[in-house]
Amino acid sequence: MPLQKEDVEKIAHLARISLSEQDIPVYTHHLSDILIFVEQMNSVDTTGITPMAHPLDAVARLRPDIVSESNQRDHFQTIAPQVEEGLYLVPKVIE
Amino acid sequence: MHNKTLTELRKALHQREYSSVELTRHFLERIERYGIQLNSFITVTTDIALAQAQIADKCLQSGNAGPLTGIPLTHKDIFCTNGVKTSCGSKMLDNFIAPYNATVVEKCQAAGMVMLGKTNMDEFAMGSSNETSFYGPVKNPWDTQTVPGGSSGGSTASVAAHLTPVATGTDTGGSIRQPAAFCGLTGLKPTYGLVSRYGMIAFASSLDQGGPIGHSAEDIALLLNVMAGFDKRDSTSLEHPQENYTTHLNDSIKGLKIGLPKEYFGEGLDAQVGKQLDVAIKELENAGATLHDIQLPHTYLAVPTYYIIAPAECSSNLSRFDGVRFGHRCDNPQDLMDLYKRSRAEGFGAEVKRRIMIGTYALSAGYYDAYYLKAQQIRRLISNDFTEAFKQVDMIAGPTTPTTAFKMGEKIDDPVTMYLNDIYTNAINLAGLPALSVPAGFVNQHPIGLHLIGNYLKESRLLNVAHQYQQCTDWHKATPPNFV
Repeated sequence: MPLQKEDVEKIAHLARISLSEQDIPVYTHHLSDILIFVEQMNSVDTTGITPMAHPLDAVARLRPDIVSESNQRDHFQTIAPQVEEGLYLVPKVIE
Repeated sequence: MHNKTLTELRKALHQREYSSVELTRHFLERIERYGIQLNSFITVTTDIALAQAQIADKCLQSGNAGPLTGIPLTHKDIFCTNGVKTSCGSKMLDNFIAPYNATVVEKCQAAGMVMLGKTNMDEFAMGSSNETSFYGPVKNPWDTQTVPGGSSGGSTASVAAHLTPVATGTDTGGSIRQPAAFCGLTGLKPTYGLVSRYGMIAFASSLDQGGPIGHSAEDIALLLNVMAGFDKRDSTSLEHPQENYTTHLNDSIKGLKIGLPKEYFGEGLDAQVGKQLDVAIKELENAGATLHDIQLPHTYLAVPTYYIIAPAECSSNLSRFDGVRFGHRCDNPQDLMDLYKRSRAEGFGAEVKRRIMIGTYALSAGYYDAYYLKAQQIRRLISNDFTEAFKQVDMIAGPTTPTTAFKMGEKIDDPVTMYLNDIYTNAINLAGLPALSVPAGFVNQHPIGLHLIGNYLKESRLLNVAHQYQQCTDWHKATPPNFV
């Protein structure tokens, strides 16, 4: 298998997803299957091919730098898990 | 009332045969009767629907009505609806009341349409069977043992069972066309950028595209008239002049060159589906189209390429769900890392986690070139195949799916087998082309879809061909026996 238990633990950490001990073998198996499947991509030589990021090769549209939105902080914070005086609360980061 | 086309409904509303409130109540009653059995709704918006219907009736009475004023529809639960739960089929957003409307929702409302509710879907639109929804699987009205397809399965099951005349959906790799095929409906994925993505919860931003689902080409052309259009709030919205997609429905298709890619009719296609498809293509020939053999040599790489690009973009897009600003938050986080990790572990289902992790891996240091860059290069090759094909033909025809709807539970434990179901649809999103699925008959009482692919911005021609096909066939008029 292309991935080992340690690889999956590292990927899960990078993705900020906690996995239980019992989940890890299942994910190792499924993610490995997917990686084996996408190996087919190596059957074609892509030297010199320009990568395609956007279907119509469009570039970002520019707009004048003027304020277009009103401040709706209170409205948007009504759906936040925990706020205080307009701030989002998270566990203490700096001791 | 529930078996009428949009044009018939419009006529009835304008001639006061019934009011929009009466029409809306009729569909709400059907939703009450059949909705739970099919599990096709996440939220039914009864009060909003009746209020919108009353406004529509006033417009109809005062002569200020547009073509779709007073006609009900449903939105896939991926479109943000102001003040209404917008879950995207996920526990992560089970408590999310959207604070604004998606442009598509806004446009439908401005057109006087009536929102009946929000339909069930695969979690974050990641799935081909509607089995990954936090709210449970949707059933296919044609055979409740089978899946309706995904990810817009709630939308297609609802339209097929006549719980709504039309519905919105989204298509990142086939999520409108595949469930439309499985449920015997007409569904269109427009050219990338034609329909605004503003307020449409992002899965893979360079592939996602909203579109209409209905019984006939004419119905979805009318809905596309409302949905399409430039939106300055979507950075990839196309600055394309507004079209009327019904104008050319009745044009002749005489002389239309249809390409048949040999890669679409080979190994992997169910023999009975292939046979039925040949009949459908023959109908197009009888209507005046000419058939041409073409090649799309990189077809076999579409699914592997898609399953790197889509997860890569998803891993980036879904990083916003962090338990801080909105959505699910775990209880008693020990520290910030614990808050992120447990909120995401609890909020996301297995398929979403798999795709986030594949994407994270493909984008991580040391693997980026081998996976993501490689996939973007192959994406170009796939797109070039279509460019070459459209030098020879006007349109491409093939199957929408390799088989009819499969049994519930059959593929859910094997991700790669599930992904292969998207073999004919993924490439279209990678290239950004428009394509639609039209009902083209049945195999063992299960609907099949004819897939028509057009060149960029050829929606009008696609709808024209589909409409002409529907003038000589009546597959799109079939109703599942238990939902008459």
